[in-house]
This record gives sequence, C-alpha cells and structure tokens, in this order.
Amino acid sequence: MKKSPAKTTLLILFFIGAAVVTLLPLALLFVASLRPGQELMRNGLNFNIDWKNANLDEYRYLFSGNNAYFTWYINSLIVTVVQVGLALILSSFVGYGFAMYEFKGKNLSFMLVLLVMMVPTEVIILPLYRLIIRLGLINTKAGIIVPYVVIPMLIFFFRQYLSGIPKDFVDAGRVDGCSEYGIYTRIMLPLMKPAFAAMGIYEGMASWNNFFWPMIVINQNSKITLPVGLQSLLSPYGNNYDILIAGSCFAIIPILLLFVMFQRYFIEGMTAGGVKG
Amino acid sequence: MESKKKKRLSSRFLYSQKIAPYVFIAPFLITFVVFFAYSIVNMVVMSFQNVAGANSTFIGLQNYQKILPNAVFQKALKNSIFYTIVSCALMIPIPLVMAVMLNSRHMKGKAFFRSLLFIPALTSVVVSGVMFRLMFGELEGSFMNKLIGLFGAGPLIWLRTPVTVWIILFFLCMWRWTGVNMMYYLSGLQQIDSALYESAAIDGAGTLDTFRYITIPLLKPTTIYVLTISIFGGMAMFSESYMIFNGNKSPNNVGTTLVGMLYRMGFEQGNLGIASAIGVVFLLIVLVVNVVQLFINGTFGRKED
Repeated sequence: MKKSPAKTTLLILFFIGAAVVTLLPLALLFVASLRPGQELMRNGLNFNIDWKNANLDEYRYLFSGNNAYFTWYINSLIVTVVQVGLALILSSFVGYGFAMYEFKGKNLSFMLVLLVMMVPTEVIILPLYRLIIRLGLINTKAGIIVPYVVIPMLIFFFRQYLSGIPKDFVDAGRVDGCSEYGIYTRIMLPLMKPAFAAMGIYEGMASWNNFFWPMIVINQNSKITLPVGLQSLLSPYGNNYDILIAGSCFAIIPILLLFVMFQRYFIEGMTAGGVKG
Repeated sequence: MESKKKKRLSSRFLYSQKIAPYVFIAPFLITFVVFFAYSIVNMVVMSFQNVAGANSTFIGLQNYQKILPNAVFQKALKNSIFYTIVSCALMIPIPLVMAVMLNSRHMKGKAFFRSLLFIPALTSVVVSGVMFRLMFGELEGSFMNKLIGLFGAGPLIWLRTPVTVWIILFFLCMWRWTGVNMMYYLSGLQQIDSALYESAAIDGAGTLDTFRYITIPLLKPTTIYVLTISIFGGMAMFSESYMIFNGNKSPNNVGTTLVGMLYRMGFEQGNLGIASAIGVVFLLIVLVVNVVQLFINGTFGRKED
C-alpha cells in the first residue's frame, strides 16, 4: 500500500499539538519552580520569567532541612517499598495458587477476588478507618500499609501470567522432589521476573501517589506522606509555595526517570488486565 | 517424642498437594475476611444505627430517611453521576480515535508520541491538582486567564461557577487519562488480524467503513474494560475535587461528590450512621452497575478460558 506524505504530515501535526497540551502544565510547573514562591502568589502561574534571575534556590531550600519536605519524602519511600514488597510476594503467591491448582471452592474464591476488584476502596473507607483505630494502627505507617498487602488486581495479573506457563514445570519439580512451596520459590519465582517488574511499577506508582487513605490514617505532620504533605501546602501562607512547587517537581522526577528507563514495564503494568484473553 | 510426631504430621498435612492451594490463597482469604467482608458488614450494621460507641442503638431506616431526601446529598449524587457519564463520553471515543490515528500506517514516531502522552499518568492527583488549581487561578496573570485574555475574554473566577468548575475537572481527567486509555486501545488494535483490513481494502471499503465495521466491533472487549474502570473511577471521584478546591468544600457544593458527602458526614461531622448509609447506597450502585454489565457482556467471566 502507498504511503501518503500529506496524511503523514497531518497526523504528525495533530500529535505535536496533543504533545504540547500534554506537556504544558508540567512546563508551567517547572518554570514556576525556578522563581520565588512570592512571585507566583502575586502574579499567578504563567510563563513570564526573567531568565536572568531564574535559579535553583527553591530546590536547595528543599534539601536544607529547614522544613518537613524530606521527612515526608522518606515516609513515602518507606511506605512504598514495604507495601509494594509485601503486595508483590503475597499477591503472586495467591495468583500462583489460582493458576496452578484445581481445588474445591476455587471458582467461589476467585469470584471474591473479582468482587473486591470491582468495589472502589472509597466505599468502605469509613469502617476500614474504624477498624484501623481498633487495631491500634491509627497514625502509623503500618496503618497505611496493612489494608493494601494483598491486591486483587495483582492476583489477577499473576494468575493470568502464570496460566501461560506450562504445568509440566510443576510436575517436573514434583518428580525431582521439590515440595509444593519449593516449586513456587525455586522454579516459578525466576520465571515470573517480568511480571514482578510490571506489577512492581504499577503498584509502586499507586502507592507513591496514594493520597486519600494516608490522609485519613495519619494526622501528625512528621508522619504524613509526600502527597498529603504537598496538599497541606496549598494555602499560600509564608513560604508554602516555595516548597509546594519545587517539591511537586521533585516528586515527579524519580518516576519520570524510572519511566524513561523501564517504559515497557510501565505500560505493561498500567494496561494489565485490560485486553489479554 | 510425641510433639515431634505431631509436628511431622502437621507439616505433612501442610505440604500435601490437597492442602497446598489453600495455603497459597490464604493471604487473600484472610485479608478478604478481615478488611473487606468485616468492613461491609460493619457498614451495613452502622447504617441502621445511631452510632455512639457502646451506646449505639438500632433506629431502623432513619439514617436513610434523613439522607436520601437531603438536598446536598442529592446534589452530590447528581454531580458524581454527571461526572461519570461525561467522563465516559469523553474518555472512550477520543482515546479510541487517537489510538487508531497513531496506529495508522502513515504515522511516524509512534513509540515517541505514545510514551509522551503517557507521562501525565505518572503524576499523582496531588501534583496534577496543584498544577490545575494554579493554572486556573483567579489572578489576572494565571495561565488560563491570560489565554482567554488573548481572545478578549475574562479574567474569570474559575472555581465559582458550575460550568467553569466542570471544565477544570474534565480537563484534568482528560489530561491524566487520555494517554492510558489510548494505550489500552493500542494494545487492543495489535490483536486485530491485519488480514481483515487487507481483505476489506480489496473489497473497496473506505477508511470510515473499516473503522465502523471492523475496528469498533473488534475493540469491544477493550471498550468494555475502559468503560468499567471509567464508571468506577468516576463514581469514586473525590481527590480531584478536593485538590481543586483545597478541601472538601466548594461554593454552593458545585464540586461535592458522593464520596465527598460520605467524607463530610463521617469524618468532618462524625455522623457515622448517616455516612454508613451513604456508603451502602454507593455499594448498591456499584453492585447494580456490575450486574447490568455482567448481563450485557459477561465482562470478566469470559476471561476464564
């Protein structure tokens, strides 16, 4: 079939337009991060900038230790790493059980997984909050993490992924004298690496960016996570905006770098469960 | 001796092929019971109670009778439904058409644009909310006011009137999710057999015909999936509004949603009974949508094979 240069030009022009609209808010934020927050408060968020006076002072201020930004950053980092680690291990475990075994109650149990997947957490946020109080986990990192250690979406993905692996591997493991759990740790875990990468990134982003639940569980400034901390700066008092703008940029940068390096896994993770099968 | 024997017996039991699957799915079953089932039961019970610690009393349907006719609740429900319907109407056709355009054989730099349009999905609702709140700031110098100023309009106080509030919310939604939905459609398109398009071309079918009679019907599973996540995402919307208005408050409740109402009753006013009743209403809506979906498409059930 012939290629038409006119069509190509039109398509590319369209997508350049879409790219500009996509990048515009990020560019606005970045430009704003190069000037004092006072100016933003007075003039609003726009592209007017005196490049001679642009500087990285606001970023330096983030690192200076004169504010809570880095405490929040570390809190978020700890919560994300622990939660993602637990979620990956436990969910892959469950997914393996569903993919490799036939057992009584399997269909019913899987229906329950789908049920939890279908009900937004917001529905049960209030009883969940009361439960966390009763467990004595309110105002702790464990309180943020505990309801998210087994993720139905991840179970679904791991099950789907594992059903593509022949059961002969399991039988061979049994013949070689592996226990049922040995088969999982020695044979299956290495085979699941790509699935771990995709889901690690999917869940990592969800955890790093989570806002509503951490906001409810924590009510002490030194314990909040990054998104909750940034939200608390929205009122333009004092030097709030200095931290807010540079801090927002600095919250995206690590994810952006990871995205550039591991694009494939990001896309696989985000679109998981979508269309396969 | 005795205990050793017992231990060996129990480990034999745990390691048997019959028991292993239950050990594997135990983490899910435990968290399901502890967090999900317990919460749902707790919520349903509380919705029939006047909740006051140990002195909670059952008051029948009073919570429902109070909240259902409440004008603010009805507004919040309407807002959530409106947001859901419009965001579905925007977030299905636009990403679909863009995916087809990007997938076109005339297009160049596909991978580059695909990745670029995905970037907003990396930002949290907080960071994107900060950007949009400030972009649509009421100052004369804020970006959107400058932009409409070029056409001689404004400056507007964007957060005051319903129309402009909805513009911000839908713009934010489209900015964040167009790239993701487009990605779903792109991977759906990969699975359509190209022979279909070739034979259609031989039969003399035009671009629009192939789009209508091949692409759209064969992308139906993708559309169902995107529709499902959009409905639940839309009905659960809260954080976006919370960020735009810097709190669960908006002039005349223009930005109050169902979850916002639940949050207000349960967390801000401490009226747990009424908040639970709202939760139950929300749950019923979710279940009804699910049942309807299952009847029409068999959404997830069909993935079994």
